[in-house]
Amino acid sequence: MEDQLVIKVLLLASIAVIGLVIVWPGRGARRLALRRLGLLALAALAALAVIFPDLSNDVAQLVGVGRGADLLLYGLVVVFIGYVVTARVQRYRVSEHLTELTRALAIQSAEKPGSRPE
Amino acid sequence: MAASTSPGNLDTWLVVPLFNEATVIGDVVREARLTFTKIVCIDDGSSDDSAAIAAEAGAYVVRHSVNLGQGAALQTGFDYITGDSAAKYAVTFDSDGQHRVEDALAMVERLRTEELDVVLGSRFLDNRTKPGTLKRIVLKAAIAFTNITTGVKLTDAHNGLRAFRVDALHSIRIRQNRMAHASELVTLIGRAKLRYAEQPVHIVYTDYSRAKGQSLWNSVNILIDLTLK
Repeated sequence: MEDQLVIKVLLLASIAVIGLVIVWPGRGARRLALRRLGLLALAALAALAVIFPDLSNDVAQLVGVGRGADLLLYGLVVVFIGYVVTARVQRYRVSEHLTELTRALAIQSAEKPGSRPE
Repeated sequence: MAASTSPGNLDTWLVVPLFNEATVIGDVVREARLTFTKIVCIDDGSSDDSAAIAAEAGAYVVRHSVNLGQGAALQTGFDYITGDSAAKYAVTFDSDGQHRVEDALAMVERLRTEELDVVLGSRFLDNRTKPGTLKRIVLKAAIAFTNITTGVKLTDAHNGLRAFRVDALHSIRIRQNRMAHASELVTLIGRAKLRYAEQPVHIVYTDYSRAKGQSLWNSVNILIDLTLK
């Protein structure tokens, strides 16, 4: 139980970071930059794992997880949750734009309100 | 009285969100037009002839190219009628024939004569309307939720029949495109500190409207829409 404490803390911390990303109002540029840096870091980690297959095992031992494969799976789960969350936010924003666009088009192409003689 | 001096109620717009109601919309518009000359149907991407039938019955028709939801349709209607300088009152009215025109007129009358920005229809101020037991429980739960979260005290938060002063509409903007807009509207009314009152209305629950009505699943969706972004 206790030897898994490190990985538990790590995983919970990553999930907390994702939670923070949801509520953080963040400016556009900073958010975009952070996302890109995150992706780059992810790619670098993946490359390292390919070049040094034993590395993931060593790191896993270090944080109290048995095998490197398990560690990779945990990481994948965290990244996936993060992806779902950011994709959700993104989709919400796109649908807001779609609403405004559709609304503007609808009103523009309609008969003017109150234009009939009555 | 104010009513007799305004034949056709040209200061009032009925705002009717419309989605695949070809079987009933014609009659609804024709009947309402006997009292309210200005009716705008916001066709929310219907796949049937709803828009054409509404136009033929005498309504102004605004068409969403894609289906956005009832909340979005209402906001489009609000935006649309502000283009009419004669518009002083707006009534949100359902397209399926479950609202009564005389209730709508009574609500506009209250806006004309009382110091109010909004009059909200309520099914529970008197006992004329008879929803089923399950529906009653769900509606009551929804009301409790809205009262707690918005601070606006209502007996019926999910009634589609509402009358607004058009100048009060400028201070609210619906962003919940789908069914959660009813709760959102109450929140917005509270936040904008609009003067509101409730008016007992009668809802005609026909087999048709019951079949189309909100299911329990929809309540779950509304809760999620309101709590998660």
